[in-house]
Amino acid sequence: MENWQNQTKYIKTFNNDECELYTHNLSVFYGGTVQKLFDVSLGFKKNTITALIGASGSGKSTFLRSLNRLNDRVARVDGNIMFHELDINQKRINVYELRKAIGMVFQKPNPFPKSIKENITYALKANGEQDKAKLNQLVEESLKAAALWDEVKDKLDNSALALSGGQQQRLCIARAIALKPEILLLDEPASALDPVSTAKLEDTLKQLRSKYTMIMVTHNMQQASRISDYTAFFHLGRALEYDTTTNIFTNPQGEITEKYIQGSFG
Amino acid sequence: MNSKRTDRLATRVIYLLVAIIILVLIGILGNILIAGVPHLSWHFLTSASSSFEAGGGIRDQLFNSLYLLVLTLLISLPIALGAAIYLAEYAQDTWVTRLIRTTIEILSSLPSIVVGLFGYLLFVVQFGLGFSIIAGALALTFFNLPILTSNIEQAINGVPQAQREAGWALGLSNWKTIRGVVLPSALPGIITGIILSAGRVFGEAAALIYTAGQSGSIVDYSNWNMFSSTSFLNVMRPAETLAVHIWKVNTEGIIPDVNLVSAATSALLVIVVIIFNFGARLLGNWLYRNLTAAKVK
Repeated sequence: MENWQNQTKYIKTFNNDECELYTHNLSVFYGGTVQKLFDVSLGFKKNTITALIGASGSGKSTFLRSLNRLNDRVARVDGNIMFHELDINQKRINVYELRKAIGMVFQKPNPFPKSIKENITYALKANGEQDKAKLNQLVEESLKAAALWDEVKDKLDNSALALSGGQQQRLCIARAIALKPEILLLDEPASALDPVSTAKLEDTLKQLRSKYTMIMVTHNMQQASRISDYTAFFHLGRALEYDTTTNIFTNPQGEITEKYIQGSFG
Repeated sequence: MNSKRTDRLATRVIYLLVAIIILVLIGILGNILIAGVPHLSWHFLTSASSSFEAGGGIRDQLFNSLYLLVLTLLISLPIALGAAIYLAEYAQDTWVTRLIRTTIEILSSLPSIVVGLFGYLLFVVQFGLGFSIIAGALALTFFNLPILTSNIEQAINGVPQAQREAGWALGLSNWKTIRGVVLPSALPGIITGIILSAGRVFGEAAALIYTAGQSGSIVDYSNWNMFSSTSFLNVMRPAETLAVHIWKVNTEGIIPDVNLVSAATSALLVIVVIIFNFGARLLGNWLYRNLTAAKVK
């Protein structure tokens, strides 16, 4: 594999006040000593989709999972994650509250083995929302936002496990946005889906852009170029290049970035 | 050609080994059932056992077995559930948790007669409980806890990690995630684990001989006051179970129909355990369907 020292980093920077969230020198260590991520500093603009690309093991998922502190149990995360002018990578932060503001959708659809409706209402109820009318309204809103309402509105009490993979994934998106987050983290959300479901999912994400800031890990170059505004290229635990998606795909600065995009490795 | 022959040989050996197991099983089960089932009758199930004459039943032993089982599960289930949740969800991999796991393994392979003698010394003698149902239930709890804990832990570990992450990512606390997401998913497996361990408890004799005792006291099934000494619910009375009964009539029984009684009792014991096993599977499947599928409101 290519050595990272051979390429200078080309990282686009924004003013901090333009960013919904930005990281400063984020490093992740597994088992205390094994470093998986090296000093990643990236900013994410409000209401954009940012794609994180790179080969397997390049650290993009590790980076993504650090943003909502999901790595807390398995790794040590150093550095700052700034959100609303607050460093959320601190012990005193209430991660449960944080995760309501920064939602996440995973690689494999993981609906709860409950009904479609309960998948959405479970977390809402746990947060203290008991009003039935309000809950029903939130179910409808979030399913509509995830472009799933028309397909499931007559079977809300059916098991979520009976849905197709694509529908399950959109249900997971609906479940996340029902909590009204500001940021959505997506970890290869379409990798387990067939092309038709993928296209639908991408349409959904494009529609959601007006309301949410999205950061998406993807292995699919076409997908990154189709729907993202910005793209960050990760390599061996380092963010090597970050720019508008158009620039990354048409005029990459670094040699490794170019090779990866052309499919020479990864 | 050579590898093909090796393969055929290996297949045949494997089939042979399976056949041996099946033959042994059919032999034992068939023998017990053929010898015992003809003697099973409504009269046998519903009349008290006799000390000297032929024609006694096993009403009290059957009830005692079930009652002891219920009490044992009432005591051991909360403890095992808590321990299993800790081991599966909270325990970090340190020498302490490794020690706990090893202890549980050792406990689960402890001979039940040792558990029985320990129970005799601790509960019967030291705590002064005498030969009683409660002493038996406590001994069976010791006997049951390790198996039950590891059964439940396995069921909890069987829930995909993705389910937990889904809960955490929605801002649910670890406990809320366990209670609302992990445990309902694991429930069918937990139920199966409980019922399978119940089968073992139900058939246990050695742990009970010195704790619950071997004498059948006079029991009044219409007396619901569990503090009355003749009540069937009284936990301080000695109680002989089915398995202990089999052991007793064969070692010191002087009833003339001892062979019939022990054969029929064995058959009943085996049938109940088989029912437990099939029941576990059916209930587990049914629960899984119900928890995952639509809830009609």
